[in-house]
Amino acid sequence: MNSLLSVRNLRVEIPVGAGLLKPVRGISLDLNKGETLCIVGESGCGKSLTSLALMGLLPKVARCSGDRLSFGGQDLLGLTERQMARLRGRAISMVFQEPMTSLNPAYTIGDQLIEGMIRHDGVSRAKARDRAIFLLEKVGITAAASRLSQFPHQLSGGLRQRVMIAMSLMCGPDLIIADEPTTALDVTIQAKILRMMKDLQAELGMAMVFITHDLGVVARIADRIAVMYAGIFVETGTARQIFDTPTHPYTKGLLSCLPVPGKTKLGARLGAVPGVVPALIGGVQGCGFASRCPLRQAACDIEPELSERGDGHSCRCVHDTPTLRKAEWATA
Amino acid sequence: MVSSSRSEINHTSTPGQQLRRRALRHWGLMIGSALLGLIVLIALFAPFIAPHDPYAQDLTLRYLRVAFMGGTWEHPLGTDHLGRDYLSRLLYGARISLTIGLVAALISGTIGTILGVTAGYFGGRVDTVVMFIITVRLSMPVVLVALAVVALFGGSLTVVVLVLGFLLWDQFAVVMRTSTQQIRSQDYVTSARALGCSTTRIIMTEIMPNVFNNMIVVITLEMAHAIILEAALSFLGLGVQPPLPSWGLMIAEGKDMLFFEPFLITIPGLALFILIFAINMLGDGVRDVTAPENRN
Amino acid sequence: MGDRMMAEPQDIALELSGVSKTYQISQGLFAASKPLRALDNISLQLRRGEVLGLVGESGCGKSTLAKVLLGLEKPTRGDVRIFDQPFGSHDRKWIARRIQPIFQDPYSSLNPRKSVREIITLPLRVHSVGKTSGWNDGVSRMLDLVGLPQRLIDANPSQMSGGQRQRVAIARALIMRPEVVICDEPTSALDVSVQSQILNLLMDLRDELGLTYLFISHNLAVVEHIASRVAVMYLGRVVEQGPAARIFETPKHPYAVALLDSILTPDPSMDVPDVDLDGNFPNPVDPPSGCTFHPRCASATSLCSRLRPEPVQQAPGFVTCHLHDPNQQKDMA
Repeated sequence: MNSLLSVRNLRVEIPVGAGLLKPVRGISLDLNKGETLCIVGESGCGKSLTSLALMGLLPKVARCSGDRLSFGGQDLLGLTERQMARLRGRAISMVFQEPMTSLNPAYTIGDQLIEGMIRHDGVSRAKARDRAIFLLEKVGITAAASRLSQFPHQLSGGLRQRVMIAMSLMCGPDLIIADEPTTALDVTIQAKILRMMKDLQAELGMAMVFITHDLGVVARIADRIAVMYAGIFVETGTARQIFDTPTHPYTKGLLSCLPVPGKTKLGARLGAVPGVVPALIGGVQGCGFASRCPLRQAACDIEPELSERGDGHSCRCVHDTPTLRKAEWATA
Repeated sequence: MVSSSRSEINHTSTPGQQLRRRALRHWGLMIGSALLGLIVLIALFAPFIAPHDPYAQDLTLRYLRVAFMGGTWEHPLGTDHLGRDYLSRLLYGARISLTIGLVAALISGTIGTILGVTAGYFGGRVDTVVMFIITVRLSMPVVLVALAVVALFGGSLTVVVLVLGFLLWDQFAVVMRTSTQQIRSQDYVTSARALGCSTTRIIMTEIMPNVFNNMIVVITLEMAHAIILEAALSFLGLGVQPPLPSWGLMIAEGKDMLFFEPFLITIPGLALFILIFAINMLGDGVRDVTAPENRN
Repeated sequence: MGDRMMAEPQDIALELSGVSKTYQISQGLFAASKPLRALDNISLQLRRGEVLGLVGESGCGKSTLAKVLLGLEKPTRGDVRIFDQPFGSHDRKWIARRIQPIFQDPYSSLNPRKSVREIITLPLRVHSVGKTSGWNDGVSRMLDLVGLPQRLIDANPSQMSGGQRQRVAIARALIMRPEVVICDEPTSALDVSVQSQILNLLMDLRDELGLTYLFISHNLAVVEHIASRVAVMYLGRVVEQGPAARIFETPKHPYAVALLDSILTPDPSMDVPDVDLDGNFPNPVDPPSGCTFHPRCASATSLCSRLRPEPVQQAPGFVTCHLHDPNQQKDMA
C-alpha cells in the first residue's frame, strides 16, 4: 500500500549519566492520506519523543535511527537539517500542548501566521494575509481580520490554541502531528476544538498523528490507535478493535481504570494497573509490561513480537498467540 | 489495603547521594574548592609557614628580587620597599582578604536575606517598601559611599568590613525575594498554611531550606565582590591601613616601582586573581550541582 | 431553604451561606483598581459523609472556594459554619483540625527537602499532638492506611512516583483525623492507571474514616462516579445544584447541559460532540449584565441580559436560570 507516512523500527536513544536511555525502542506505523492515528500512552511511554522524532525536532543529544522513515515517498532520515526545516511547516506541521508558550509574545498573531507562509511558499504579503484570515475563520475565530493585529497575551487559552491550529494549516500540510493539543484546555473548549479539527481534516483531507493520554479523546477522533508502553507499540488496531476487543493486558487494564458513564457501576471500585513503568535505561529484558501483568509467565522473559490478530489488529503479547495456544494445548 | 503499591520499587538513590555524586563529577567545583581550601589553610597556618615576620623591616635589604630572578632563597619572593619579606606578607594577606570576604558576605547576607524573604513571602505593601529600599541602595555608588565613610571615620579593617557588609546586600535581597516568591506559590506552602503552621515556621522549615542553595551561590559572588572592593579601596589608600599586609595595599605600595620591579604588583595581583577565580568556580559549581533542572 | 428542612443540623458538616469573595484587581499604575467577584453569594451545604462534586471551568471560582474553606482567605461577605460552629471566630489551627486539603499536583505539594516521615508528622508537630515517641507508630499506621510500603518512611519525595507522592499527601491530610477533606483536583495530574488507584483509595478512606469530601474536579466522568451531589459553578456563582444522578441525567441549566455534553466517554461509536456553547469565557473583572452566562447561552432571551436570575428551587436542589423560573416563564411568554 502506498501510505503517506511509513515508519519502520524507529528508535530514539539518549545518552544520560547512568547509561543509554532508550525511550523509543522500535516502532513501526503506516498512515494513509486523510487518516487519523492516535498514539495513546501514559507519561514516560515515549509518545512525545516519537512525535518529535517524526518531525526531526529531537534535542541534539538524542540519536534517532530506523529502518525506514518516509513521508510521501521521500526518505526523511537522509535529509539535512535545512531540507527538514523546509519540509516542516509546509508538508508536515505540528501543534503543541501549551498554547501559552508556543506563540511568541513579542509578535502579533498576524505576523506569526503570515511570516512562515511568505518564507516557505514565497507568496505575497497580501495573499498570505488573505489566507490567514480565511483560516482564522475556519478555526472558528470571529472578527478574524481584527485579530491579526493582536498579541498572544490578549487571547484566551482556547483562542490561542485555535490560532496555533490555523498556523499549522497555513501552508496546506499533508500531515499534522498534534501532541496533546487539548490537554491544557477546559472541557467545553476541548470538545469544540476537537470538533473543529475533525471537520477541518475531513474538508482539507490531511492525515493526522494525534498524541494523547486521554482515552475519551482517542475514542472519538481516532481511525486507528496505537497503544504505546515503555517505548513500543503494544497493541494497534482500529478504534473499534481497541475499545471493543482489547487484547493486550495493558490496554485492558487501562480501559478498566476509566469510569465510563452508563457502564461502570457508580461508586464501584475501578480497575487498576499496579506497579510502575520499567526504567528504560539500557533497554528492557523481555516483555516491558511483565512486571505489572497479572498473566505473567515464563514465556514473558522473551520480548514478544507484534503479531497480527486479524484485520489489522495486532498485539505484542505471548497470550492468545498461536504459539501459546499450541503450548496450552500441549500441556492440556 | 491497597496491595497495588507492593510492586512499586525505587531504583533511585537519596538526594544527598545524588548531590555528592554530581559534585564529585563537576571538575569546576572540585578545582574551585581545592584552591579555596588551600588558601584557607594558608591563612589559618600563616604564622607557621611564613619564613619571616611580615612586619619586620630591614632597610638594608630593600627591593630584593624573587629568588629565581637573582634574589636569595632567604626571601623567596623578594622584599618590598621597607625590606619586609614579600612571601610572608602575601601569606598573611590571605587572612585579611578572607576575613573581609566572609564577614562582609555574612553581614550583607543576613540583611539581604531578611529583606528579600520578607518581601517575597508577604508581598503587597511589604514588597513595595522593600523594593523601594533596594532601589535606594542601588542608586548609591558603593565606592563613593565607602570613600565618604572612610573620610569620616578613618580607614581600618573594621570600617571597611562594616561598610562593605552594609552596602553589598542588594544581590541577596533581589535573589532571595524572587526565589521566595517561587517557593511560596508551591502547594506544600499552602498546605502548611492550611495545617495552621505559624508564619515563622513556614519561613524557617518550608521556605529557607529550598532557597538555601541560591543563597550559597550569592554568598560566593558577594565574597569575591567584597574582596575586590577591599583591594580597590586599599589601593586608593582608603581601606586597610599600613602596615597591614593587605593584597590591595601591597599593590598600591608597589605601584611606584612598576617599571623597575614589576613583581611587586604581579605577585599580589596573581594571588587576588587566584582567590577570586577559586571562589567563582566554587559558586558556579554549587549552582550547577544544586540547580533544579539537574534534578532528575 | 428546602435543603435545610430535610437535613438535621448535626448532619450538616459544612455550610456556606451567602459567601462572597471580592478581590481588588489593579489595572495598572494610575488606574483605579477594579473589583473581581471570585465568589458571588454562594450558599452550599456539605452533609456528613457525602461527596459533593464541584465542577466548573478554570476561572469559575472553585479554587477560591477551596481557599475560603481552608481558612486561607476570609470571605468578603457571608459566613461558613462547620458542624454548626461559625468559622469567623476561630484561628487557622482550629479550622485545620477539621478541614484538610489534598492538592492537584503531588510534585508541588510535598516539600522536596523533607522525608516522608517529616512530611506526615508536620501536622502533629504543629498541633503538638501526643508524644514524639508515639509519632512513629502514627506514621506507619498512616502508611498502611494509604497503601504505602513501610520502607518508604525515610524516602524523599524525589524518589517516589506521582501516585506514591499523592498517597503521602493524603496521609498528611488525614493524620489529624479531619472531618472534611477538600480534594482540589486530586487526580488530574496523574496517569489514568494511577488515577483509578487514588480514587479507589479516597473512596475506601471515606468508608473507613467516615470522611466528608468536597471533590473539586473538571473531570466530569470522575465526579459522576464518586459524587453523591453536584454543584456546577460558573463565574463565581453556583448555577445548579442537586443530586448527582439527577444532574447527570437531566441537567437543567444551559451551562450544565453544555458541560455534560462535553464529556468524552471512551466510546468509539460516538462522534465528537457538537457543544451548543457560544463565544468565549467572559472577562471576570467585567462580567456580562443580567445572567453572566447569557452571551454564551443558546436559549438566552432579552430578559437574561437585563435581570440577574436568583436560585429557583428544583427539589432537591436548585438552578439559577430564568428558563426554569415559573414566575419569569409567565413574563417571558
